Amino acid sequence: MMAGKKKNANYISAKESREISRKNRKITREMEQKRNRKNIPESEYVTKMKNSDNCVEFDNVHTYFFTDIGTVKSVNGVSFDVPQGKTVGIVGESGCGKSVTSLSLLQLVQRPSGQTVEGEIRFNTGDKVYNVVNAPTEVMQKLRGNYMSMIFQEPMTSLNPVFRIGDQVDEVIGLHNAEMSKEQVKARTIEMLDMVGIANKEGVYQMYPHELSGGMRQRIMIAMALACSPRLIVADEPTTALDVTIQAQVLDLLRSLKDKINSSIMLITHDLGVVAEMADYVVVMYAGRVVEKGTAKEIFKDPRHPYTIGLMNSKPVVGKHIDKLYSIPGSVPNPVDMPDYCYFKDRCEMCVEGCEGEYPRAYQVSPTHVVSCYRCKEGGAQDGK
Amino acid sequence: MASEDKERLAHQEENILEVSHLKKYFPIKGGFFGGETGSVKAVDDVSFQIRRGTTMGLVGESGCGKSTTGRTILRLIEKTAGTVLFNGTDVNGMDKKQLRQLRTKMQIIFQDPYSSLSPRLPIGEIIGEAVRQHNLVSKEQYNDYITQVMLDCGLQEYHKDRYPHEFSGGQRQRICIARALALKPEFIVCDEPVSALDVSIQAQIINLLKELQEKRNLTYLFISHDLSVVEHISDAIGVMYLGGLVETGSTEDIFGNPLHPYTKALFSAIPMPDPDIKINRTILEGDIPSPANPPKGCKFHTRCRECMAVCKEQAPEAKDMGNGHVVRCHLYDK
Repeated sequence: MMAGKKKNANYISAKESREISRKNRKITREMEQKRNRKNIPESEYVTKMKNSDNCVEFDNVHTYFFTDIGTVKSVNGVSFDVPQGKTVGIVGESGCGKSVTSLSLLQLVQRPSGQTVEGEIRFNTGDKVYNVVNAPTEVMQKLRGNYMSMIFQEPMTSLNPVFRIGDQVDEVIGLHNAEMSKEQVKARTIEMLDMVGIANKEGVYQMYPHELSGGMRQRIMIAMALACSPRLIVADEPTTALDVTIQAQVLDLLRSLKDKINSSIMLITHDLGVVAEMADYVVVMYAGRVVEKGTAKEIFKDPRHPYTIGLMNSKPVVGKHIDKLYSIPGSVPNPVDMPDYCYFKDRCEMCVEGCEGEYPRAYQVSPTHVVSCYRCKEGGAQDGK
Repeated sequence: MASEDKERLAHQEENILEVSHLKKYFPIKGGFFGGETGSVKAVDDVSFQIRRGTTMGLVGESGCGKSTTGRTILRLIEKTAGTVLFNGTDVNGMDKKQLRQLRTKMQIIFQDPYSSLSPRLPIGEIIGEAVRQHNLVSKEQYNDYITQVMLDCGLQEYHKDRYPHEFSGGQRQRICIARALALKPEFIVCDEPVSALDVSIQAQIINLLKELQEKRNLTYLFISHDLSVVEHISDAIGVMYLGGLVETGSTEDIFGNPLHPYTKALFSAIPMPDPDIKINRTILEGDIPSPANPPKGCKFHTRCRECMAVCKEQAPEAKDMGNGHVVRCHLYDK
């Protein structure tokens, strides 16, 4: 029975596939045309923040990938805020949409198949507020690097192996500061290398990426990201490829630099330890949706969503002895064919009445703590927005 | 009768694996005539024992020689010097025929389940190929045997005819485990088996490994850089730095009372999933030195906070601090 059912869900005929891709082309062409219009009026992408203390506000963001086997709703109604000067940690398993959320903010999602179809991402540059979803490419180019920048996961694949370190950092600084002379740019690069704790900065300026270790390469990535003192740093698993000792160095560096230039950090990771250490606020994602968000203390001391609880229990902790680790049963549902009830229901061991109903809305446990689970409905918790 | 029992008991108590003064140097070729210009000392004088039915964890930063140690023990890489005794016989003295028999007793699970499975073979064949080669079960039993191994590892029978690309990372790691287990091994080297997996999948695989160990009395050498995983699964731990073991001992001793400055620094770098804990961190400065040109004296002295004059000159000897807790550091020279 299992085999038969699975086959139907995963198999589509060539005819169906052609049908889907024809529909997709129609949708994406329309969206691309809208985006590529000339002289888009400013009123379309300049908005107002809900709360001017926030650096970024994600408001019901939907980013879909239109593939030949169906529409993958990678980010499916995500809302959270990143306050200025704070660190927000985004946690979840691979494929839950945490990277796509950050890429949507920078508008780096692979187009035309990947599109942010709904919602607003408001970014506060200080004097103007942009809705980056509608912002044209020229505006995005000014925002990226100057106001928001990204540190990627794999330092080896993100640096160009055929250019010297100095040239690569120079390029970033030169592009965003056209008025600077070559010497000034170089001086700034060396200053940045010094800031991220590279001792032999003149030497490293002349080196190629392969001559550096993983930790050093990640420092270069951080130097590039911070070159223009951005208001927001998006760190996509910045320490996953590194050893614990180097990880501690890099995290320490990020924290001190953040304080120095008073920027916000959006930290994407699957390591709960890193999040606990770095983040002020935590967002837990599952299958493209936010299942729980709150301050770090609320999430770690009082997790409410069964997925968050399961995630916490499945990680062994040094100094705590348990015979058997908890493991969340089952696996993530097929992204093309999501159920219409709670996405976590099939793996959940704490189901209550009402779980078969539509996807649970966000219930407010405390002013900052929001959980999407029917279990939090009772107990005096009032409805969230 | 009684003496036989005693013997068997003694046999069970004994060490399944004894590694002494194991060395592996990789030559660096260079110069005008392509001669040897030096060597990378990947494993430099490593000694430890593993008791039957227990798990030994090997931790350290990348590039410290953990994986090379594991592979040299299995003779996947030929050693430079030292001995490896498996069940009392020297692995390196074996001829081809004996080595072939040994392969069924010692197996390895690799880190990356995406590249360690042949994309052209169905799962049943991946698991069963070696079983047929070694004639472990008769032809009539072969199918049932493979099914049983797959069920033990949490795979279903209908997976037999599928290909690796149809499986997720966690499932593939189960296939790798099943492949190793099908040969009824006594000893398995687990080379970072969970590093490439998600947290919740990690828990499944760790539980599976523990369960199989109890069921089949397996012995593991568990190589990982994730200290919390190693603490969870191991009975004994060896901490490696730049090709050498700096500290060995039981898990309680190593985690409860770390002695070597490197071990201390390593443990203080573990991020704790609790926002209230603000640990006083001793952050190690700099990177691990090149194993082709390791520092003189104690290899750790370039990054050590408690470096003394003697550390720069003399390599420290191994000292037993009681209960099999061995440390190599001049701080404990009395």
